[in-house]
Amino acid sequence: MSKVLSSLDEVIHQIKDGSTIVVGGFGLCGIPEKLITSLRDKGVKDLTIVSNNCGVDDWGLGLLLENKQIKKMVASYVGENKLFEQQFLSGELEVELVPQGTLAERLRAGGAGIPAFYTATGVGTEVAKGKEHKEFDGKTYIMEKGIVGDFAFVKAWKADPFGNLVYRKTARNFNPVVATAGKMTIAEVEEMVGIGELNPDDIHTSGVYVQKVFVGEKYEKRIERLTTANA
Amino acid sequence: MSGRKRILERAVKELQDGMCVNLGIGMPTLIANMIPEDVDVMLQSENGLLGIGAYPTDLEVDPDLINAGKETVTAKAGASYFDSAESFSMIRGGHIDLAILGGMEVSEKGDLANWMIPGKMVKGMGGAMDLVQGAKRIVVIMDHVNKHGESKVKKTCTLPLTGQGVVHCLITDLAVFHFPESGMELVELQKGVTLEEVKETTEAEFVVSETLKVNN
Repeated sequence: MSKVLSSLDEVIHQIKDGSTIVVGGFGLCGIPEKLITSLRDKGVKDLTIVSNNCGVDDWGLGLLLENKQIKKMVASYVGENKLFEQQFLSGELEVELVPQGTLAERLRAGGAGIPAFYTATGVGTEVAKGKEHKEFDGKTYIMEKGIVGDFAFVKAWKADPFGNLVYRKTARNFNPVVATAGKMTIAEVEEMVGIGELNPDDIHTSGVYVQKVFVGEKYEKRIERLTTANA
Repeated sequence: MSGRKRILERAVKELQDGMCVNLGIGMPTLIANMIPEDVDVMLQSENGLLGIGAYPTDLEVDPDLINAGKETVTAKAGASYFDSAESFSMIRGGHIDLAILGGMEVSEKGDLANWMIPGKMVKGMGGAMDLVQGAKRIVVIMDHVNKHGESKVKKTCTLPLTGQGVVHCLITDLAVFHFPESGMELVELQKGVTLEEVKETTEAEFVVSETLKVNN
């Protein structure tokens, strides 16, 4: 059975209202832009989205906000988005803020079959409220749970037909942990190469984690803060 | 010299040759441009880069290469890329020598509040809570008083905490404090600042170091 999709419609229709989707990217860097726009077009609602950020008002996950498809957002930083603020304040949108490292580790743990772990991050803060505390060697830690999504949306640079993935520069970010943390992981890539063309030493995500691969065209790759030396 | 410049010029002295350093978003990021040539450090960006280079030229701009503030950057020689889980393994695991972060309030016990103001839209803590728990040394830079003239150096933080007892060094426009087990200690006065001025503008209780450094 081939993992390679000729159209995202082949998988997007499997996503139902109320699904939990874990999504790669940091800001607008390395986001699965084709999967996000397809999901926007499909229009399923009451989604729980787990992603470090929530896009901007007219791009990335902000498109799903605009279309009122998100019920709950799990993220570490959402400050780039006015729609987010409006929907949060009006009570339409539920938010769980998670420290960035804890979010990454919760996804890693989820994908690695580890139900929970202890971390010092957040001890003594609002993040620790209601969580189990435990002392190891005289230091206090809190328990955090692993996350597994019904679907995982991943953006990579190159793939082969088995779903082996290579990322580019800081567009890697959350994508490799997200790839492991989906019951069904869909990767979109800029380039597909033949089996055997990726050097096994260079593969960042093994195809074992990836159920479907799609080659996108004309990536926008919007830049959130263009900063140059000549300014 | 402006207060901000004084803070930054003092903060850059915390960087030592060979260190791996995380500079927080905002004012701490500006330190990157002030590092002396003979101090070779690797700057970490928690989105997955160790070895941040200069800002790119127009030709070098790459949307796949940004820092944690989402600004386009370059990577310097010797840099490495990694995923977010590994990035925070570096941070949480104590492999980052120094983190310099902005602050809203610091308490005499070394508590830091820098991520939310109740009643205002919550933006999120990003990686700050992980950094304060994991980096070997935490330096906070901030103004000594707020725009109403009230001390930001408190007995107890009034804002929600980022971390409890995590600050090692506080640099303000007026002074530098350390936080040993014995309690908060004033170790340095910024240029032209008197001890009386610091006492008046500091709500926290502190002791004055026997080796207090006065900069004239």
